[in-house]
Amino acid sequence: MSRVLKVSGLLIVLAVLIAACQPTPTATPTPQVFVTVVKEQVVVEVTPTPGPVEGTILVDGSSTVAPITMAVAEEFQKQYPEVRVPVGISGTGGGFKKFCAGETDIQDASRPIKKSEIEACAKNNIEYIELPVAFDGLAVMVNPANDFVTCLTVEELKKIWEPEAEGKITNWSQVRAGFPDRPLTLYGPGVDSGTFDYFTEAIVGKAKASRGDFLASEDDNVLVQGIAGDPNALGYFGLAYYEENKDKLKLVAIDAGDGKCVLPSPETVANGTYKPLSRPLFIYVNRARADQKDEINLFVKYYLENAKKLVPEVGYIPLTDELYSLALQRYEKRIVGSVFKGEAQVGMTLADLLKAEQ
Amino acid sequence: MTKGIQQTTSSERRALPEPFIFEPNLDRRKVIARIWESVALIAILLGIGMLLTLLVRVFLDGLPYLRPQLFTEFPSRFPDKAGLRSALQGSIWLMVLTALISFPLGVGAGIYLEEFAPKNVVTRFIEINVANLAGVPSIIYGLLGLGLFVRGLGLGRSLIAGVLTMTLVILPVIIVSTREALRAVPTSIREAALALGASRWEMVRDHVLVYSMGGILTGMILALSRGIGETAPLITIGALTYIAFDLRGPLDIFTVLPIQIFNWVSMPQEAFHRLAASGIIVLLAVLLSMNALAIWLRNRLQKRW
Repeated sequence: MSRVLKVSGLLIVLAVLIAACQPTPTATPTPQVFVTVVKEQVVVEVTPTPGPVEGTILVDGSSTVAPITMAVAEEFQKQYPEVRVPVGISGTGGGFKKFCAGETDIQDASRPIKKSEIEACAKNNIEYIELPVAFDGLAVMVNPANDFVTCLTVEELKKIWEPEAEGKITNWSQVRAGFPDRPLTLYGPGVDSGTFDYFTEAIVGKAKASRGDFLASEDDNVLVQGIAGDPNALGYFGLAYYEENKDKLKLVAIDAGDGKCVLPSPETVANGTYKPLSRPLFIYVNRARADQKDEINLFVKYYLENAKKLVPEVGYIPLTDELYSLALQRYEKRIVGSVFKGEAQVGMTLADLLKAEQ
Repeated sequence: MTKGIQQTTSSERRALPEPFIFEPNLDRRKVIARIWESVALIAILLGIGMLLTLLVRVFLDGLPYLRPQLFTEFPSRFPDKAGLRSALQGSIWLMVLTALISFPLGVGAGIYLEEFAPKNVVTRFIEINVANLAGVPSIIYGLLGLGLFVRGLGLGRSLIAGVLTMTLVILPVIIVSTREALRAVPTSIREAALALGASRWEMVRDHVLVYSMGGILTGMILALSRGIGETAPLITIGALTYIAFDLRGPLDIFTVLPIQIFNWVSMPQEAFHRLAASGIIVLLAVLLSMNALAIWLRNRLQKRW
């Protein structure tokens, strides 16, 4: 009797918990219209009202982009103390779920919006403006004690990381004839990160297609420690974490197949010669909110105007002046949708894509 | 052995137990005692050693950043200007509100289950569930909070959603510790009160609660100490957020100390890791003072029967 009770008690608790995990749809906020009565004339205002701006701007999304948005928010809030800008970190994917449900105003993204997310936004009638804000390079690194690797081709990286390599490519000598007979240990970001998505897309050719037998961590500092302590290591993560740990790691140049070995640096990432592992970072702005709320409008403009100064301060690479002004134009014209059309376009430069649309 | 026993038949001998002969062998037993003593000593030294190493490292890293700005400034991208202001506000608010909600609920439930509830199938069922819930990982409560408070009740990423989630996390612990404290009061006290004509509630209010209040409060504060260090359930409800403004009330967005520490630890710059260490010192200080308060309350409120 008592065993039956215990088991059924446990089951009921479980059922309640599982039921609680089901997401429930949230109501989208009712649209606001700025209406002022001036001498019995009803004027619907489109331009910002003068006087102190106040309000809350909800930002969420990628942990990679968050430091940039935090820096912008920090400076913006100094200038407009009545505006509150909380910056959430729930990952690019998790952030888009909230953004496309209308729960947030601005979305930080370390990759362009995906097809499934475009559909989710369309279903809820959320129009968004896609704005590039910075570049990030993915750095491939080995231990400083490794004296035989200075440059790897994309083909070699693919050979190491593709799903078929699992359990097979386990020795450096298998990567290239002439490499010593030493075990190969791999380090990389966890499968939920945008960095993992981008690396697999750029190297293997398909997002999330990777071997599974590598040491994965969502915390890049753990990867730094791992590679720094293992002479046979190879790993990859964002360039910002390399910059802070130059003495513990050795950067590997990448040959995209044209015979030229390029090391990632602010210059090579910004001008696109470090390929295919440099990526643009984005913010997505909810168009309706930007039209309704002055503070969002001000914030986005402030973001694009000050990114050039603030982006390097947090370890990322700013876009060119031309790209920032193209982005600002795109915002002013309220061009909605994604230039990537839901497919990652590795290799195509951002300037080409943005100009193609002007 | 006596001759009488030796002369019995073999079948009788098998039925009788072998006479036990005590061999002192004192030296060997003393050696064994010493060995076990050292094993136990090593066990405690290992634990203390680990804790000390951790504390020394944290203090070496964090002390330079333990300065007034740490309490007055908001988080910043410059480690030298960064502080815990919003996180400290969030943690204090969270603890006070959680205490206000979980105390009546937890202690009330404990009193009912221990003093009033009839011993039947339903109460047994509830008791088993409470005990089970005390062992559920806190992230599960985070998911429950996300579904129930953040989305279901539409509270969003607000402080009150965090408070209610945290209440769920510590409620089973409070109920269990309240019951333990009530159980420590001897039955004779209850019988004496009832024999003199007190109602059940009068007996609980004027006698049982008075004697067990020290224990109840200790359990309550230890549960809250667990709550103040919890990160997982709050991250689940979306509190992993950069906040550079003052908390305005229960419906406002918030962050707490462990989350700010988590955030700083994951930054690439070494200086932020040191800042995280100073955050850990602050969190430890808050925790230790809460525990000290628990001990003080227990000593003050402890009434003997």
